[in-house]
Amino acid sequence: MLGFTLKRLLGAIPTLFIIVTLSFFLIRTAPGGPFDKERSVPPEVAANLNAVYHLDEPLWMQYGRYLGDVIQGDFGPSFQYRDFTVTELIFRGFPVSLTLGGSAIFLALIIGTTLGTLAALKQNSKLDYAVMATAMTGITIPNFVMAPLLTLVFGVYLRWLPVGGWEQGWDQVVLPIVALALPQIAYIARLTRGSMIEVLRSNFVRTARAKGIPEHIMITRHALKAGILPVVSYLGPASAAVITGSVVIEQIFSIPGIGRYFVQGALNRDYTLVMGVVIFYGSLIILFNLLVDLVYGLLDPKVRMQ
Amino acid sequence: MSFITKTKDGLVHGFLNSSRAFLIGTGLLASSMAVLAPVSAQAEMVLNRGNGSEPGSLDPQITEDVPASHILRDLFEGLVGEAPSGDIVPGDAESWTVSEDGLTYTFKIRDDAKWSNGEPVTAGDFVYAWQRAVDPKTGSEYSFLLAPIKNAEDITAGKKDPSELGAKAIDDKTLEVDLAGPTPYFLGLLTHSVSYPVYKPAVEKFGDQWTRPDNSVTNGAFKLIEWNPQSRIVLAKNDQYWNADSVKLDKVIYYPTESTTAELKRYRAGELDWTYEVPNDQIKWIRDNMNDEFVVSNYLGVYYYGFNMTKPPFDNAKLREAFSLAINRDILMDKIVTAGEVPAYSYVVPGMNGYDPVYVNFKDMPQKERNEKAYKLYQEAGYSKDNPLTVEIRYNTNDNHKKIAIAIASMWKSVLGAKVNLVNEEFKVFLETRKAKEKTQVFRAGWIGDYNDPNTFLELWKSDSGLNDTGFADPEYDKLMDEASKEQDSAKRMKLLEDAERIFLDANAVAPIYHYVTKHMIKPYVKGWDADGKGHVNVLDHVRSQYLYIEK
Repeated sequence: MLGFTLKRLLGAIPTLFIIVTLSFFLIRTAPGGPFDKERSVPPEVAANLNAVYHLDEPLWMQYGRYLGDVIQGDFGPSFQYRDFTVTELIFRGFPVSLTLGGSAIFLALIIGTTLGTLAALKQNSKLDYAVMATAMTGITIPNFVMAPLLTLVFGVYLRWLPVGGWEQGWDQVVLPIVALALPQIAYIARLTRGSMIEVLRSNFVRTARAKGIPEHIMITRHALKAGILPVVSYLGPASAAVITGSVVIEQIFSIPGIGRYFVQGALNRDYTLVMGVVIFYGSLIILFNLLVDLVYGLLDPKVRMQ
Repeated sequence: MSFITKTKDGLVHGFLNSSRAFLIGTGLLASSMAVLAPVSAQAEMVLNRGNGSEPGSLDPQITEDVPASHILRDLFEGLVGEAPSGDIVPGDAESWTVSEDGLTYTFKIRDDAKWSNGEPVTAGDFVYAWQRAVDPKTGSEYSFLLAPIKNAEDITAGKKDPSELGAKAIDDKTLEVDLAGPTPYFLGLLTHSVSYPVYKPAVEKFGDQWTRPDNSVTNGAFKLIEWNPQSRIVLAKNDQYWNADSVKLDKVIYYPTESTTAELKRYRAGELDWTYEVPNDQIKWIRDNMNDEFVVSNYLGVYYYGFNMTKPPFDNAKLREAFSLAINRDILMDKIVTAGEVPAYSYVVPGMNGYDPVYVNFKDMPQKERNEKAYKLYQEAGYSKDNPLTVEIRYNTNDNHKKIAIAIASMWKSVLGAKVNLVNEEFKVFLETRKAKEKTQVFRAGWIGDYNDPNTFLELWKSDSGLNDTGFADPEYDKLMDEASKEQDSAKRMKLLEDAERIFLDANAVAPIYHYVTKHMIKPYVKGWDADGKGHVNVLDHVRSQYLYIEK
């Protein structure tokens, strides 16, 4: 297990190196620079700014400088948010994005597996149809439509929950987490239902029932452990979906996570900020996929053997 | 849950549990805080202001964006301040004198002007801040505003040392400023944050981090107590401020909200008392449902189309005039830009003190006549409905620009028969293209004045300006602008500027389209912002929180 983990982590280094290199040169090919504004600054000031940020050096030299800094954990200064370093911005935004994304995944797992299991147990009943219809709706309505709807109903009309902000009260997290979790709940419910139907028809479940094991123990201990495997596999893509989804959600709910920096950074040609966020997200997705594989191994002895 | 709790290494378990713990923890914390909150805290007068995007910096010499300028006007005070009307009033300088030749300003700093740590504000603080602004090493994007001060431009260009700047502290309370030429709008420049003083010990001790709440020392009506990027910036009343007795608000909380739609929702949900903007596509709904809280005021800005004069076809003056004539501004204001914007027939926003507005020569002509004249000029330029000109309108990606471009394209098509293509580019790409003057024919542009003087608009069209993307260059224009910058007599100076604008408008380098308005949602209980007694904010949209209060 430890060897496998180490091998995977070492394998991530070239991947990250490629990501860094590609994104460094890609964002530099975009026309316009961080200090281009409606009115150009006088040439002397532009020259000063470029000198302050080393933009007057050849690109390969800037790349070398950047790589050296990154290896030391320094993502450089932000061009747009000039009072902060990129590292600071990321570490301020990360706990927020992690809480938002982690809670959404957690909520999706709990509700999605419960609904999926119920639908599988009551196959072709009204409950099953209701769960699946709701799930389809959840999948088909994008979160940039769902989120404003939620804010309008629960925030503006009913005044039950705040429609924006973060850290000023526990109730602020409810709507964004729900908005982010909804499509994932739908996917997970469908996945769970499908695989549970299959598991419930399998031989070992029939044997368990024949032995007289109580139904709820049979479902939670035996069936669910096998039925959950496709859901675990889906957690990798789900985390990526949550990360990209949180970019939209953070914007709609004015949440100070990393997602907002990604959008603002790209538009402002804040090279260092975009790079920092890309590296960070890249590392996160690599790590998450590794976690998923480890959990899969724990749940499925066949995978562990391989 | 059992499938998760069964994991041996607890990784997923820990991850999910920490999220849950956070949720529960925040909930408990919030509810306990609510219970333990002192009674006095509930009586606090707090204003929640929406504020566009996250400020780029809270360093007065570094920042250049509008959201930051709103906050800095609360945190700092320059030599002069502004009344709610926008009129210049004494700030940290209680008085000033100007020499006969208009080249030397002597400011007397108030005895009771203090920093938030209780230290006195001195003339040296201003000298330090200004030298910092023009120092090339600082990388200040707005240092050009201080260019009228003697040696400022040479220092920025690296030809002279910052210590040679024409600003001297005669003693702790007397600041003498030498200008390169008489600058009648100099006091107006001093309302800009680039001229605010900064506290040298804090800047030197904390470097880039001196603007953090723990390190920040300010001299305005408020001080910084919390800055959580992309979330909120909290200011509290500064008891050391010389005029603290007149400040009614205990706190001002600024919320960065890029999305105007999200901002409006927060306002409707009661989370904001004041919005930075309103979404254009909801103006009709706002007028129908919340008109009493919708405050539209004239703004010192102009939206215009520029013609690239350096290349055919728009190197032809007749063609430029034809295309400007054919824009039906009234229809645009009625159907497309509907917040109450004013059709523009001048470049300088009308209504500036002492400036007699100069208009394009067709201002009073009915649109029908304008169209006829436009087609005649179009023909004289060698085109007709049978031999149409193909033109390209270029704008930066934005729904409003798109709607305007579509409308103008259809006007040009119906009046002149021109074939019009629309090209949109992301903002930074667009700026680059526009500056290059290679591909552009007609392009969108806009300018918001930095201070209340025609110079803020007209200096842009000098041959060497940084926003002159049309290629307009007229020696006579440059000469008039140069003379105006040296003229001390206000009336004569305004006349010179009016003559300059006349030249510029006659050249039809641009087609002015409309003068901007500011659009805020303001809760009825927020008072103190009315600039003219008619429910408008001032034309610069400089609304200082020191005048605002809440009356429920």
